[in-house]
Amino acid sequence: MSKAIVLYMHVHQPYRIRHYTVFDAGSQHNYFDAPYEGQESNERILKKVAEKSYLPTNMRLIKLLRDNPRFKLSLSITGTVLEQLEKWAPEALQSFQELCGTGQVEIVAETYHHSLAFFYSRAEFEMQVDMHRRKIQELFGQTPQVFRNTELAYNNDLAYWADKAGYKGILAEGWDPILDWRSPNYVYRPTYTNNIRLLMKNYKLSDDIAFRFGDHEWKEWPLTADKFAHWLSEDKDATNFNLFMDYETFGEHQWHESGIFGFLEHLPVEWLKNEDHSFMTVSEVIDTHEDVGQIDIPQTITWADTERDLSAWLGNSMQDTAIKALYGLQDRIIGSGDLVLIEDWRRLQTSDHFYYMCTKYFNDGDIHAYFSPYKTPYEAYMNFMNAFHDLQFRLAEKGIEV
Amino acid sequence: MLGWELPPHNSGGLGTACYQLCKSLSKKNVDIEFMLPYNAEHDIDFMDVTAAHPQGVAEVMRSGIAYDSYKYILEDGTEEWLDIYQQQELFEHTVANLAEERQFDIVHAHDWLTFRAALRLKEMKNCPIILHVHSVESDRSGSQNGNPLVKEIEEVALHLADRVIAVSEHTKKAIMNDYGVPADKIEVVHNSIEPDDLVPLESDNVYRYLDMMRTQGYRVVVNIGRLTIQKGLPNLLRAAKEVIAKNPKTLFLIVGSGEQYYELIDLAADLGIGQNILFTDFQRGKNLRDAYAIGDLFVMPSVSEPFGLTPLEAIGYGTPALVSKQSGVSEILNNCLKIDYWDVDEMANQITVVMQNDALRDELFINAYREYQKLSWDSVSDKITRLYHAHHIGATA
Repeated sequence: MSKAIVLYMHVHQPYRIRHYTVFDAGSQHNYFDAPYEGQESNERILKKVAEKSYLPTNMRLIKLLRDNPRFKLSLSITGTVLEQLEKWAPEALQSFQELCGTGQVEIVAETYHHSLAFFYSRAEFEMQVDMHRRKIQELFGQTPQVFRNTELAYNNDLAYWADKAGYKGILAEGWDPILDWRSPNYVYRPTYTNNIRLLMKNYKLSDDIAFRFGDHEWKEWPLTADKFAHWLSEDKDATNFNLFMDYETFGEHQWHESGIFGFLEHLPVEWLKNEDHSFMTVSEVIDTHEDVGQIDIPQTITWADTERDLSAWLGNSMQDTAIKALYGLQDRIIGSGDLVLIEDWRRLQTSDHFYYMCTKYFNDGDIHAYFSPYKTPYEAYMNFMNAFHDLQFRLAEKGIEV
Repeated sequence: MLGWELPPHNSGGLGTACYQLCKSLSKKNVDIEFMLPYNAEHDIDFMDVTAAHPQGVAEVMRSGIAYDSYKYILEDGTEEWLDIYQQQELFEHTVANLAEERQFDIVHAHDWLTFRAALRLKEMKNCPIILHVHSVESDRSGSQNGNPLVKEIEEVALHLADRVIAVSEHTKKAIMNDYGVPADKIEVVHNSIEPDDLVPLESDNVYRYLDMMRTQGYRVVVNIGRLTIQKGLPNLLRAAKEVIAKNPKTLFLIVGSGEQYYELIDLAADLGIGQNILFTDFQRGKNLRDAYAIGDLFVMPSVSEPFGLTPLEAIGYGTPALVSKQSGVSEILNNCLKIDYWDVDEMANQITVVMQNDALRDELFINAYREYQKLSWDSVSDKITRLYHAHHIGATA
């Protein structure tokens, strides 16, 4: 039985908000310009991630793709990170272009601003998906065929939308309460849709790499490529192993010293030793395999935290206040016709801002703390709300009633 | 005189009151040495300010507000952190050491942190001690039980004092109720304000967002103070919810820091009014003055406020005030709105009326300002010098 690894990696950096106070609101509109040494400096973080992750990973991937024509992978890469790469690490952007130039890499569609707009404004959501598609066409010469929503936030509605929008596939978390007795290692079809197919993340195998790889307490540590390949071949009937993870897993979440790059270099070689084994991009696996059944997901699921819901972004009242306030300005912001103002408003929609406000400390808090440039969720909230107030100020300055 | 802070290194009203009182007393030829538990530059010429250093300590620095830890830099360069209790005990010993070679007629001590030192001096020198109560533990704990260690110090010291000064009738009652100190031992001397000392406003206001929103018909409610249980801010936020429901164009500016900071941010979001509430953290200087000035109404909703200087400062900067009846300042100020701190509906009602009625706001302010202009520390220091004389003929402190 032929089996494919579907490796999909997500590249993203937000525009973090600097320490932005009541006194800045109305006098300075540069929410995203922290001093270079600051915790929230986007330029400094972007350069660090480019150096620790993007450049060394791309260099290895490009070599692997050239050496192994059967090695394939899929990427999604947000508009906000692409802009920052253009500004501050053009050599890293070039390496992504080179990667895609091999013809073995497929780019996945998403919102330009890595936002949760789908749940607040369909018009804004569609605009951001469109912006992203154009940016990808411009930089990579590809038109994405498969859609992933921010944080893999998914429900039947989204699948219905993506089906109507003409996508051939969509990605979601392979969460046990949804799958029940079924395995994520097949192609599925969302309920209420006609043509679209659903790929569900095998979170156990994905997290072995993304989260547990460097954990010396883990009983499987150290994880080697041949051990991992062996685990996969144990599932006799599976058609596809959906390994979805953040791109920054390589070199940033798992440091170089953990041996993650060695794992990455050996995995294709080990896996492809068997002629029945392959790598496929997300479109290829959908084109190759029939779906084995329908999946019904009325509630929204995501790929985060033990709850796999949106509670990391929208679970407390600060998050709720902040996001509703922001989308409450939509008509006036768009109506202002001020492109700079509109873009600032969109950058504030990036889901990371709400993630930083998360107060679920005890189970998942450690990972939130790792990814946040702020000392507390309250600081994140206050910076955000002060920036929101400045948006109001800018509208009022134009004589728009707020 | 024994004190815990002086401006500009003060965390609240205590330091300001001590400063103004001493300045006024000095004009009446009272010779004051003011002992503080830390070093800092004070730029004060009307009295001697002494940092009470223990031996072997080069410098004592405050880390933040009055109740935070203190950093000791020892002469050998090492550092040590002390908590408020250790600091208080050390102050007692250090003051006693310093006192050995000094002569004075009266010891005047401000609030519980200095009371043990005052008792020690009475024991050593057999001089009269006057304890000046700016707040008691039941005020600071928002009418909860409070800290028994602090209560013990207050109780013992107030009984042993030669005279007790309370900053309001409200505080006098608390001292009587909490500690059974006889009424005739307690003199009420209200704090005051020096209108001439008010630093004038500049033409621009730093709260540009609020300025802009006011041009769009928004109105602004201001509170300034420590974010602590005593100050009653959760009730203000609950009232704010009702006010905003009536008039969504109302913004609340909350200036200050304290242990309730994050709790209040959370509460504002829980109440669904997060976008109307602005928190600024602790401010001083222009940022503080402009906060007073930007308001249409200043609200002090304290659960228990021995005096409460902020409403007077607000009036000085052009903003009328609503204060809780549980405050000392409500005893001396007529032209302000007064509510019970627990009456959230009435608080909301009165705020809403002012927000919807600029004429009322202006009238309230004009009359309050007339009262304000008559205030002075002069009569306060008169009362206190009379007390000094009663306890020591020809006294200097």
